[in-house]
Amino acid sequence: MSNPAPLLAARGLVKTYGGTPALRGASVVLRQGEILAVTGASGSGKSTLLHCLAGIVRPDEGSVVHRGSERLDRASEKRLSTLRRTEFGVVFQFGQLIPELTAADNVALPLLLAGAPRAEALERAGEWLERFGVRERAGARPGELSGGQAQRVALARALVTGPKAVFADEPTGALDSLAGEQVMTALVRTVRECGTSVLLVTHDAQVAAYADREVRLRDGAVLTDGADADAVLLEAGA
Amino acid sequence: MIGMSTRHILLGLLAGGPSHGYDLKRRHDERFPQARPLAYGQVYTTLQRLVRDGLAEVDGTDSDGGPERTLYRSTDEGARELARWTGEVAPPAPFVTNEIFAKVVVSILASADPAGYLRAQREAHMARMRELTAVKTAPGADLATVLSADYALSHLDADLRWMTTTAARLTTLTAEVHPA
Repeated sequence: MSNPAPLLAARGLVKTYGGTPALRGASVVLRQGEILAVTGASGSGKSTLLHCLAGIVRPDEGSVVHRGSERLDRASEKRLSTLRRTEFGVVFQFGQLIPELTAADNVALPLLLAGAPRAEALERAGEWLERFGVRERAGARPGELSGGQAQRVALARALVTGPKAVFADEPTGALDSLAGEQVMTALVRTVRECGTSVLLVTHDAQVAAYADREVRLRDGAVLTDGADADAVLLEAGA
Repeated sequence: MIGMSTRHILLGLLAGGPSHGYDLKRRHDERFPQARPLAYGQVYTTLQRLVRDGLAEVDGTDSDGGPERTLYRSTDEGARELARWTGEVAPPAPFVTNEIFAKVVVSILASADPAGYLRAQREAHMARMRELTAVKTAPGADLATVLSADYALSHLDADLRWMTTTAARLTTLTAEVHPA
């Protein structure tokens, strides 16, 4: 069985915050259309790994290769900003929706920033809210939504621009298990339809079980990776 | 299933009305989709014991165009026994008799590679959890399937938590099993 091509490949990532190492030589590959869970204890470097792959944080050492050739660790801030707006979507545990805007305006925002006319942006936002089962909450502000509804709105916003990858950092961490299940089921169904890759950071094995594959981190390094990392990294140009 | 009692499950299935062995087996497998399917022999042996103990009785036969089949129904005593059993608290984990636990302890005793075993077991657990998650979130999954997948997922998750803690403790544990 041939594997889909790597979308992102990171090799030997090192990142230190104020003398505290967060990553000590982590390597990982995210393939096109795959859902990859990154698990590990608190402080194992999961979120830092996500930030490096998403171009939010630049690693101190190591390479991040996008689509086999583009070095994100050396890319300009302008290029990274464009990628984050068009090719990557990000979802955090909470606090990412703008409280003054309605759910529909929150989802429409990335399209408006990209220059779409307001009516068209709102129409597409409505379609994405529908996919995540929260269209009837379109006029509500984030403070009026339940935790699960807010996360589904955040997912709609992350996916509205048709990104190639979604980076989700503990997306169900603040939810009870049934609300978490609704969020994960909606996310998985949608990314399968769209062929979007997902890097899913979680400490919860039941959430990791929605992914195709798991990479475990300990002390900033990869403990297990089902893929043959070296061969894949070579193929990915990292 | 821990403490599973085939006699009580059959009594429960008979609570809805008379039924024959084949039908009981089929309904059991539908209601407990992630359990090991019941063998016909086990169904008939259990039904005979229920009759012997006065908890069920023969309710005639039913041919339905095919071979003649014996219908069974629950007795009043059977209904009382079922009510007693469903309200009875199951002993919470009275003994730790788990193969994973036993393998870790034995591999420490035998100076084998418990950490390597735990990594491999984790991968197998995660693979099974992915299967169960796919089953439970498939469109149209019925309630019995969702409930049984939830049950299995929670228990595999509990195993994983124990395995993660154990991997972290291994140095200490080895010292305790092998005192100097």
